[in-house]
Amino acid sequence: MKQIECSCGYKNPYGTEICHGCGKILGTKGKKVDMRYEGSARRSQTYQKNPIDKLWNFFSSVKVGVGLIVIVLVASIMGTILPQEPTIQTELSLGEYYQKKYGTFGIIYYSLGFSNVYHSFWYLVLIICLSISLIIASIDRFFPLYRSLKHQRVIKHPSFFQNQRLFFSLPSINEEELEERLQSFHYKVKKDGQNILAEKGRFSRWGPYVNHLGLIIFLIGVTLRFFPGIYVSEVVWIRDGETKLLPGTNGQYYLKNNQFIVEVYDKKKTAKVFQDALQNKGIIAKNFETKATLLQTGQHVIPGEKITLQEIKKANIKVNRPLKYGGYTIYQGDYKLNEFAELEYSIMAKQSKKKLGSIKINLADPKDSYRLKNGLQVEILEYFPDVVFDKDGKPSTISKIPNNPAFVFRIKSQDQKSAEVSLVTVNQTVNAAAAASFAVELENVETRNVSALTIRKDPLLPLLFLGGMIFMIGVIQGSYWQHRRIWIRAAGNREFWIAAHTNKNWHGLKRDIQHVFGNHKEHGLETPTYKRLDNGEEE
Amino acid sequence: MKKKRLLVRSIIFLIISAAALYTIYASITNKKVDQLRIGQKAPDFMLVDQYGKKQQLSAYKGQGVFLNFWATWCKPCETEMPILNKVYKKYKKQGIQVLSINIGESPLVVDRFIEKYQLDFSIMNDADEGVQEAYAINPLPVSFLIDKDGMVQAIYTGELTEEKIQTLMKKIKP
Repeated sequence: MKQIECSCGYKNPYGTEICHGCGKILGTKGKKVDMRYEGSARRSQTYQKNPIDKLWNFFSSVKVGVGLIVIVLVASIMGTILPQEPTIQTELSLGEYYQKKYGTFGIIYYSLGFSNVYHSFWYLVLIICLSISLIIASIDRFFPLYRSLKHQRVIKHPSFFQNQRLFFSLPSINEEELEERLQSFHYKVKKDGQNILAEKGRFSRWGPYVNHLGLIIFLIGVTLRFFPGIYVSEVVWIRDGETKLLPGTNGQYYLKNNQFIVEVYDKKKTAKVFQDALQNKGIIAKNFETKATLLQTGQHVIPGEKITLQEIKKANIKVNRPLKYGGYTIYQGDYKLNEFAELEYSIMAKQSKKKLGSIKINLADPKDSYRLKNGLQVEILEYFPDVVFDKDGKPSTISKIPNNPAFVFRIKSQDQKSAEVSLVTVNQTVNAAAAASFAVELENVETRNVSALTIRKDPLLPLLFLGGMIFMIGVIQGSYWQHRRIWIRAAGNREFWIAAHTNKNWHGLKRDIQHVFGNHKEHGLETPTYKRLDNGEEE
Repeated sequence: MKKKRLLVRSIIFLIISAAALYTIYASITNKKVDQLRIGQKAPDFMLVDQYGKKQQLSAYKGQGVFLNFWATWCKPCETEMPILNKVYKKYKKQGIQVLSINIGESPLVVDRFIEKYQLDFSIMNDADEGVQEAYAINPLPVSFLIDKDGMVQAIYTGELTEEKIQTLMKKIKP
């Protein structure tokens, strides 16, 4: 540790600019002294010896802090370019999805890990590093500054006066009048002999640290989201009439979708002023709504097990009108209209075109066979919910969702003697036998809608809000007030030295000086620019 | 003074790094079951098979379980199901159960498939998709090899041959 020994004999720690013993300016090589930390040594400048100190110095550096902020910002921006993984609903693997939808850029984006930025490990590490940097940089600066300001002396060394940018002398002063005037400008006046220190707005110096505290609270709120069960954001698709477990609720809540509806504005019922808009746009959605019943189970459910559910409440979930219960909020999200639910086929005699009967097939659970009134029997040999045909014309299904249902029927006559096999899709019927006696025709289609709901739980919002508030208070505190100080020292019999300093708004200080001391050209206030630090630090 | 400062700094670092490490740890373990990993406990389930018999995984404690997930539209599943039927008979005597779970197709489709390939081993239907979610099933077919203590010893995604099954079965022989 290199100590700086002042001419008064006091040994100051390395990095000190103003002697702690006598207040003399120490080797600043002719430059103005850095008043930001009152010329005292920042803790990080003190040692660079053991690993802990080195680590401390790394995190206390403003350059490192700004670097981290920039990296976090860039990463966060990257995450907004393409939709993130948690918002994607796809049957494909994620890599394929990004490739298919966004091409080469999509693959690069996915493989570089930008497809799930906010939940990634490295993003968390960055946030933690930024928090550490904020905490340590604040500790490193706040305590020396607080101590210096608390123990500051009224008497300052002559070299201190000469070093201040705002420095002038007067032949005489009226101490009482001066004190009154200073007080009328809300300065706190301290006296020590003939020396005076007038100070106002010291609390604005704490602004950056209050600001950091808010940011740290905010970041703690963000990182707490990574803890299990604290933050929930899930999507569930529920068909009309279906009851499904709400993901993220630890198997506690279920929701029944009684009906999903979409309403559009009716031209006839809408007021005149909207007619033009309707004319231009055609169809405008008025309402998306899931008529839902929230259910609960008390038992610890093993997957697959049949459960008993108790109804909690019925609710109509609309856009911006979520269902709130037990800390969870259920929002209306996406939807899919008109998924096939039931198909009704009529069986006819081919020649006479006479209807022999009809069968209604529930696509989620078709029966083995259907018996018609007149004794005809329709067996379902095969069912393809989402049919495709290979190059040989062989049917197969590509999913279990009835997007394009097809059946292989075997229609048996009353006497069970003859049977005909036919392939039936939504569009057409193909009979195996050339001379078929039955014809199958699609008579009726029943569809249902699928509603996507978002389940969210975010108990940390108040914490984020609090952090944001404290952050803003810090910003206001630091920017709307300034720390102004005026020192007066008797130098000889007929001379008084006056120096003044402010951390910002030199113009305001200049006005204060003019009001207190009268208009003196020699105040040296022509260039009230704040001295930039050599290493470019900014706070 | 110097020692005190070092102590203070060390304590601050200790507190911060403890908080940071715990956060990182929590975030890793909190990763939703986007994957069930080897060495983890296999989630229990309770489903009814084609014989109407209730099948619960935890009931097979003390035995190995070969658990397969499949769908009728998946070609490799179709190829491996008859093989599974074969190994089922062989390993039954050795204390390994072969169980299979369809990912929730309509019962008709599943029944027709079982008839077509004359499958004897327990086939269940995960109609409400709860088991698939617990096992984080994405591509099919996928097989989980669960040992006598209910721990996942191996996960195999893709089509299995008899030889591959034999190698895998060694890991879960009770």
